[in-house]
Amino acid sequence: MDNSVQTINNLTIGFTSQKGEQISILKNISTTIKKGETVGIVGESGSGKSTLALAMMGYVKHGLYTISGECLFHSNNLLEMKNKDLENIRGRKIAMIPQNAGQSLTPNLKIGYQIDEALKLHTDLKKEERDKKISELLNKVRLPSPEIMAQRYPHELSGGQQQRVAVAMALAGNPELLLLDEPTTGLDVTTQAHVLELLNFIAKDTGTSMVYVSHDLGAIAQVSDRIIVMYSGEIVLDGPVRSILKNPIHPYTFGLLKSIPKLTSPGLPASMSGSQPQPGTIKMGCSFYKRCNLSEDKCKNNSPNLEYIDDLNTSVRCFKYKELINVKETNSDTVKSINNDIFQNEILDISKVSISYAKQKFIDQLLNKVDDSNPTVQDINININKGETLALVGESGSGKSTILKSIAGLLKTKDGMIKFDKDNVLSNDLKTRDPGFLRAIQLIFQNPDESLNPNHTVEEIVSQPLRLYFGLKGDELKQKIIEVLEKVRLGEFYLTRYPRQLSGGEKQRVAVARAFAAKPDIILCDEVTSALDVSVQAAVLNLLQELKEDFGTTYIFVSHDLAVVRAISDRVAVLYQGRLCEIGPSKNVYELPSHPYTEVLLGAALEPDPDIKPKLVAEDIVEEKPPEQGCSFQGRCPRILGDICKTDVPPWQIGENGNSIRCHIKVDDLKKQQSIN
Amino acid sequence: MFFLVLKRILLGLITLFIVSLITFSGVEVLPGDACTTYLEREAYGAALEACYERLGLNTPAYERYISWAAGVLQGDFGYSLSGEMRINDVLGPRVKNSMVLASASILIGIPIALLLGIITALWRDKLPDIIISTVTIFSMTIPEFISATLLILIVAIWLEWLPGIVIVPTGVSISELLPNIILPVIAISMIMTAHMARMVRSSVIQVMASDYVQMAILKGVPYWKMVFKHVLPNALLPAINVVALTIAWLLGGVVVTEVVFNYPGLGRLVIESISNRDLPVVQALAIILASIYVSINLIADLMTLMLNPRLKSLQIKK
Repeated sequence: MDNSVQTINNLTIGFTSQKGEQISILKNISTTIKKGETVGIVGESGSGKSTLALAMMGYVKHGLYTISGECLFHSNNLLEMKNKDLENIRGRKIAMIPQNAGQSLTPNLKIGYQIDEALKLHTDLKKEERDKKISELLNKVRLPSPEIMAQRYPHELSGGQQQRVAVAMALAGNPELLLLDEPTTGLDVTTQAHVLELLNFIAKDTGTSMVYVSHDLGAIAQVSDRIIVMYSGEIVLDGPVRSILKNPIHPYTFGLLKSIPKLTSPGLPASMSGSQPQPGTIKMGCSFYKRCNLSEDKCKNNSPNLEYIDDLNTSVRCFKYKELINVKETNSDTVKSINNDIFQNEILDISKVSISYAKQKFIDQLLNKVDDSNPTVQDINININKGETLALVGESGSGKSTILKSIAGLLKTKDGMIKFDKDNVLSNDLKTRDPGFLRAIQLIFQNPDESLNPNHTVEEIVSQPLRLYFGLKGDELKQKIIEVLEKVRLGEFYLTRYPRQLSGGEKQRVAVARAFAAKPDIILCDEVTSALDVSVQAAVLNLLQELKEDFGTTYIFVSHDLAVVRAISDRVAVLYQGRLCEIGPSKNVYELPSHPYTEVLLGAALEPDPDIKPKLVAEDIVEEKPPEQGCSFQGRCPRILGDICKTDVPPWQIGENGNSIRCHIKVDDLKKQQSIN
Repeated sequence: MFFLVLKRILLGLITLFIVSLITFSGVEVLPGDACTTYLEREAYGAALEACYERLGLNTPAYERYISWAAGVLQGDFGYSLSGEMRINDVLGPRVKNSMVLASASILIGIPIALLLGIITALWRDKLPDIIISTVTIFSMTIPEFISATLLILIVAIWLEWLPGIVIVPTGVSISELLPNIILPVIAISMIMTAHMARMVRSSVIQVMASDYVQMAILKGVPYWKMVFKHVLPNALLPAINVVALTIAWLLGGVVVTEVVFNYPGLGRLVIESISNRDLPVVQALAIILASIYVSINLIADLMTLMLNPRLKSLQIKK
């Protein structure tokens, strides 16, 4: 019996360029999704994975068209089907869970209505039965009080809740195939772990086939039976999850896995050179040729075919895969360790800092007074030493970016003070801050697309700090700009380029160059690698580390990605709801998390290994505001002690791992409780 | 919600107060005054004194402002200069005439604009869009005094279907006025509809490209249901403010069109009273036009607030 749900044969999708050339986004894709199977499609941005997922529903985006091939759903070609027939398959037989549920739910319609719409279209249930079914579905995706939930508008839910609603909506038609397009990207780690666990449960419970599209190998590893790796619109590797992740026999996958920072091993990941080619630029030969370590002349002129290897049950598109078959874990030799000694030489002292976003009343504004008993960030005490990398971690809303902004002077503090280089108190207000201190503290932002002026050339961008702080002009200025660009591995020919002519990684290098041009003592890095692909991320992390060693710069590094933090930081401060929970050397934090929140956070982090499952120790409730009194983590703490947690702010104590933690539970008790689990 | 409405009304009143101050002081600082304008060459000696006495112009400016403002608050704008008529009697029929013209244009123009905007967006880059878009851009770019003159030439002079200019007295009844407004309404609608249709088109196209519309398609929602449930409510929200501004513009008198067609509305009154230097009427008109803009914008904001669930719950929470 044929147990395939969907078969894709030689699918090529593309567009016609302005010059009239036909350019392919997907090249000759063939694969089969079997009944009850979960297939992960992994690739970096521009690999064509989302286009493939949409084609599986017979949907091709405006501007793209099918060049050749077919997408068979039970032997009907979706790509040639009439809209009317597609409407009967979409949502009923094949359902989609989108990347950004917040934007994929129609803002003017209630949650209940949007699920009901799917039920009305795809089932014959009557009104009362449908109402019951809505509650059932919302229950199934573990949303609290479904009846109230159904009456809400999408914007009234948190990101995790919106994603669950999208899952419920997709399940409404009882589909045979679920397509998931980056369903957990943008969610907090703990929420992500819970949503993945839910998806696994649904796959088992309903026997639905799933196609899980993501750039995140950690998430893919948790849900997939089989993985398809895409590069530049082609399938380069296709096989069972364990063989792909433990012994990747395609050089791209091999490099990709090595460029992912791991929670379990400290130090920087190895980076891959270059970036994925733009569609249409590779005319012949292997599309990975330029970045490949194993490439030879043959690869330049001939394109390898996808070859099935029987004993590995894997298909691979590479002439030289045999060289990789017996290469096992090689982490130790490529990973650079970062263990430079940090001297007790304080450069920044943040003491008792509170920051409030509360809107000031008119009178308070006049008196320049902030009146907020429960500020967003409270009582932050951190000393930062020269040459150190301190990471601030926490989920969204933990106040990590807020603290950075205050150090930079972009946000006024409510209480407390920030001292620079021992006894210079930094002014609260950017306007009155000494220009010397402004130079000394530079910021690099998350998204270089937004932080680089699109109408300035690279030369103008990098020249600004040089002119502003050092008054350079003419040849001297140009010389210096080239020097700075070379430091971030960008050549002289980049000078006249505009940001839109650069790749994501190059743009972030320009942002790094701009920060370093000011010869700062401290650089504040706000999620600097979050918008980058994994292979590019590794390169930027390596660059930051080298620059730090060259210039002795201090980094304050904010990230939600715990593995990245492990790779780059010397010390970690864990924040929850704007309050410090734990602070100490990163080795201690990662090897022996002692604060209950650190434990929850690290437990939920994912590794690209199907055999390491996340530990879910606490519910992923979302708190909008820190509690009025007591411990900030009381609402979610799995080890809550009792009333004292609700009334008293916990004291600092030295935890099991030697870190300072803020908890009421005695260290010995905490240790006992944690060893049981 | 209640406080928000109250706050908006209060802000509107403050705006009106400032407008009244500006117009009053503007009229004050201009060289000459009502009496010199009125008496022209005889503006000296006893005649001038008598005029000042009669109009109360020899009291300090602030006193005059207060008594004028008090009058306005009670709905009394005082006397016009030229005819020594009560301004209320001058304004009344003009306001009515402008209302008739505006409502006719709104009733015809706005539905057509919405329809054209939606059609061009849904058939984007296809034949209906290409034809309609060309026509709308064309009618947008022709200034109204040219299109109005052309209309008179073709419809009134060559075809002799309709009267070319309005030659009814100002205080005529609505039923007598109606046949006269057809050409002005067409002239106004051409430009107004074109602007609004372009706005609606881009708004609908933007929503059609959104993730939630793609999601609705992938959910299997039939095309027209998707358009009416998922696209239009979200696409037309931003149109409310544009519609409101257009209505205010219409009610405030469409100066050029009224002049071309000799239509006795507010717009022509503005021109007439300025050229006659009838300052009391100019003051009254400024206040009236400002109140029209303020109140229509207030209504538009409140409507957006009611129709957008996002804003609504935001306000309730606070």
